[in-house]
Amino acid sequence: MSGNELLIAQGITKRFGGVQALSEVSFTIREREIYGLIGPNGAGKTSLFNVLTGIYPADAGRFTFDGRVLIGLKPNEVAARGIARTFQNIRLFGNLSALENVMVGRHVRTHATVFGAIFRTAGTRAEERAIEKRGYELLEYVGVARRANDLAKHLAYGDQRRLEIARALATDPRLLALDEPAAGMNATETAALRALLERIRQDGTTILLIEHDMKLVMSICDRVLVLDYGKKIAEGIASTVQKDEKVVAAYLGGDIELDLKRA
Amino acid sequence: MHALIDVKHPAVAKIGVVLIAVALAVLPFALVGIGTAWVRITNLAILYVLLSLGLNIVVGFAGLLDLGYIAFYAVGAYTYALLASPHFGLHWPFWVILPIGALVACFFGVLLGTPTLKLRGDYLAIVTLGFGEIVRIFLNNLSLPVNITNGAQGIAGIDPFRFGTFSFATTQRVAGVTFSGPVKYYYLLLIIVLVVIVINLRLQDSRIGRAWEAIREDEIAARAMGINTRNMKLLAFAMGASFGGVAGGMFSAIQGFISPESFVLVESVNILAMVVLGGMGNIWGVILGALLLSFVPEVLRYTVGPVQQSLFGRTLIDPEVIRMLLFGITLVAMMLFRPAGILPSALRKRELESGRTT
Amino acid sequence: MDIFLQQLVNGLTLGSVYAIVALGYTMVYGIIQLINFAHGEVVMIGAMVSLSVINALVGAHVGWPPLAIVLCGGVIAIPVCMGVGYALERVAYRPLRRAPRLAPLITAIGLSIVLQHVALIIWTRNPLAFPQIIDVVSYHVTSNPDGARITNVQVAIIGISIAMMGGLVALIYRTKLGIAMRATSQSQEIAGLMGIDINRVIALTFAIGAGLAAVAGVMVGTYYGIATYQMGFILGLKAFSAAVLGGIGNIGGAMLGGLLLGIIEALGAGYVGDLTNLCQLSSWSTAIAERCASDPNLTLFGSNYQDVFAFFVLIGVLVFRPSGLLGERVSDRA
Repeated sequence: MSGNELLIAQGITKRFGGVQALSEVSFTIREREIYGLIGPNGAGKTSLFNVLTGIYPADAGRFTFDGRVLIGLKPNEVAARGIARTFQNIRLFGNLSALENVMVGRHVRTHATVFGAIFRTAGTRAEERAIEKRGYELLEYVGVARRANDLAKHLAYGDQRRLEIARALATDPRLLALDEPAAGMNATETAALRALLERIRQDGTTILLIEHDMKLVMSICDRVLVLDYGKKIAEGIASTVQKDEKVVAAYLGGDIELDLKRA
Repeated sequence: MHALIDVKHPAVAKIGVVLIAVALAVLPFALVGIGTAWVRITNLAILYVLLSLGLNIVVGFAGLLDLGYIAFYAVGAYTYALLASPHFGLHWPFWVILPIGALVACFFGVLLGTPTLKLRGDYLAIVTLGFGEIVRIFLNNLSLPVNITNGAQGIAGIDPFRFGTFSFATTQRVAGVTFSGPVKYYYLLLIIVLVVIVINLRLQDSRIGRAWEAIREDEIAARAMGINTRNMKLLAFAMGASFGGVAGGMFSAIQGFISPESFVLVESVNILAMVVLGGMGNIWGVILGALLLSFVPEVLRYTVGPVQQSLFGRTLIDPEVIRMLLFGITLVAMMLFRPAGILPSALRKRELESGRTT
Repeated sequence: MDIFLQQLVNGLTLGSVYAIVALGYTMVYGIIQLINFAHGEVVMIGAMVSLSVINALVGAHVGWPPLAIVLCGGVIAIPVCMGVGYALERVAYRPLRRAPRLAPLITAIGLSIVLQHVALIIWTRNPLAFPQIIDVVSYHVTSNPDGARITNVQVAIIGISIAMMGGLVALIYRTKLGIAMRATSQSQEIAGLMGIDINRVIALTFAIGAGLAAVAGVMVGTYYGIATYQMGFILGLKAFSAAVLGGIGNIGGAMLGGLLLGIIEALGAGYVGDLTNLCQLSSWSTAIAERCASDPNLTLFGSNYQDVFAFFVLIGVLVFRPSGLLGERVSDRA
């Protein structure tokens, strides 16, 4: 299933002090793809996410999203452009309810001002109703609707992960970037997640997925990018990449030959 | 969301509201019976409610630790004093000055907020504290070379609120009932505070309020969800400051005299304590906190003196000192034993009522 | 030039005091990442206790040499302050180690208020004065007989401060306790797992900081000749600014920051009046010229604005270089 090129990464490079987190990483994601990003721990996957979403700028290279270059954008501007993300360590708004968490996601697509809020103008009231309605819809969509009024911090772990996805979906993204959404899930939960991700793709949203659960990656990702020590070592169809020597070596340790020039 | 009043039986709520309204309406006359000073004390308490609600936007909604909030009160107060007193010979009407005061305070709010945008927690608190002190020091010293604020002496003879021939400072008899100056101010303050409460409730239950709470909970996630945290934080500072500015203007008119001494750091701490004690973010809690911390010390002041006299034959310790001592101890005890405040957040309460355990 | 040198001398003296107090802030922040808002009050207690002792000794006509009397004041003030510091940690900070930022900050403010008013009750509003027992001798700094001078008290303050700073550095880098402190500041959890009693280490950190505060208090009382129950607040805030300037959590930074802030303040107070004297603009405006004919002083910002320097430094550092002069640059990792 391929379409137009949605996200193009060219030569992304990032350094933190003495550590080269990313080194000339280039790849392309097509519309309606489910694109996997894998690699051993410390390979630079989350760093790539962070550069993409504007948390820190790249030292070199650039992203082109939907035909426009993403340069010097702050995270909220990236979200406005249509890229939404979840976090490796789950960053929900703990003391807000599940519903309110999702409603916050609607912020970037709505317009009510302080004036509208204080005077409860007709337009603002209509917008509020729409926000709440969409909130419930999304909670249903990911399967946590029965917990709508519970504080996010009191939700079960699996529900929290799905709530985070619902919140990201509320921003009407073209690209949904998920950072280890299946972490800590058992087989049943992972299967449910897989179905959810498939549905999200069917409904028109492209997915970029960091994951360690290889079964999930192989079963759902169309193409996969493999990073190791900040460098791209393979890109392509999941089943092909899985057999690539370099990829196997990266995960399993490879030959004893030490490449002292790395690092 | 955050409903106006969260109860299971609307009929009970309505009766309750009517009772409270009646009580508030006759309160000043009951107080006059105890002692006219108590009406003034009540007016001051309502001003503190206003201030607490303003600070609640910054600290409670947006989670920004502001220890210099009193600066906005001062700005509002001095704006009024400079435009309605013999100091410059200007006597503008109050309904012109109050909005100006709010705007000036708003401006200072943005001024304070801008350099603090990247600071967290402790550092934000210290910088805002420094800002509050800087304002006070400037107010204290801007008497030379050009006399702007009259320095430590303050400004006296400030005009009361006036409406044509109707003045808030004079005593009048209407339909056989005596309305003294403080009693008139009381009703005005009551109306203003009710308006402010409604504004706060509406803000909390809006797109803006949710954005503030998101920032408070997790700023990085809020940004990732598309919220312009910079603008939202500045908005919080500006709105909170404007409430302080309005309260300041009223303070000027009611007291008739202001000096930098009224705007010291301890006052910022006081207001912060009111917000935290009541339950940050919870509008009703904050009001309760403000009322408690305004009235209890006054009640103490009237009892501690006589108690000491009867026990020791003389006043061992100045009641003011005891008050501050207890205040400090209350702050410590509060954070050690009940950091969430007296009233748990309404959300939590709803969750408890719906049967889920925490 | 001589005015400059004089202000420099004054600034170094003031800065040494700030440095000692700043060390207390930075040590506590380094180890538990909390600002000990009540630290300034500990300095105040040091000053009040030592002055009380000194006045008592002088009043009792014991006839000891001045140095011994001051030393006695210090020797009694130090354990008192260490006790206060330890109590602060146990009562207010230990229970709140995992609480959100707001809690220990408010608690510290509360304790600061309590300490101030306890002092007020014990010592009343009347300031304590340092009795005239020291023969102040001043030495010329340069060959100019009318030039900058430095007094023996100033020399003593600078000298003692350097000694204390040296002692602290030795403690932190050469002793077992020092290693334990540094380990705990890196990671409480791991340090604990390695067998370090972190409660004890943290308590000792507070106590040592408080001891330094006591010495600072004695120095302030001796140098300025006066102490009141309210002196802790501003002094504490300035010393905190110094610690931030140098890089909070960094020992060398606290020392550097303290000295720098003292110098900035002294030079600022000395020159800001001259720099903002509007009479310099007499040639631009006849109104000003007339006004200045009768009085050559039309200063916009006089030395009464001295206190704001520290605040501006603080705000400036936090806005433009939050890690301070010697602090590490903290990079953002989500």
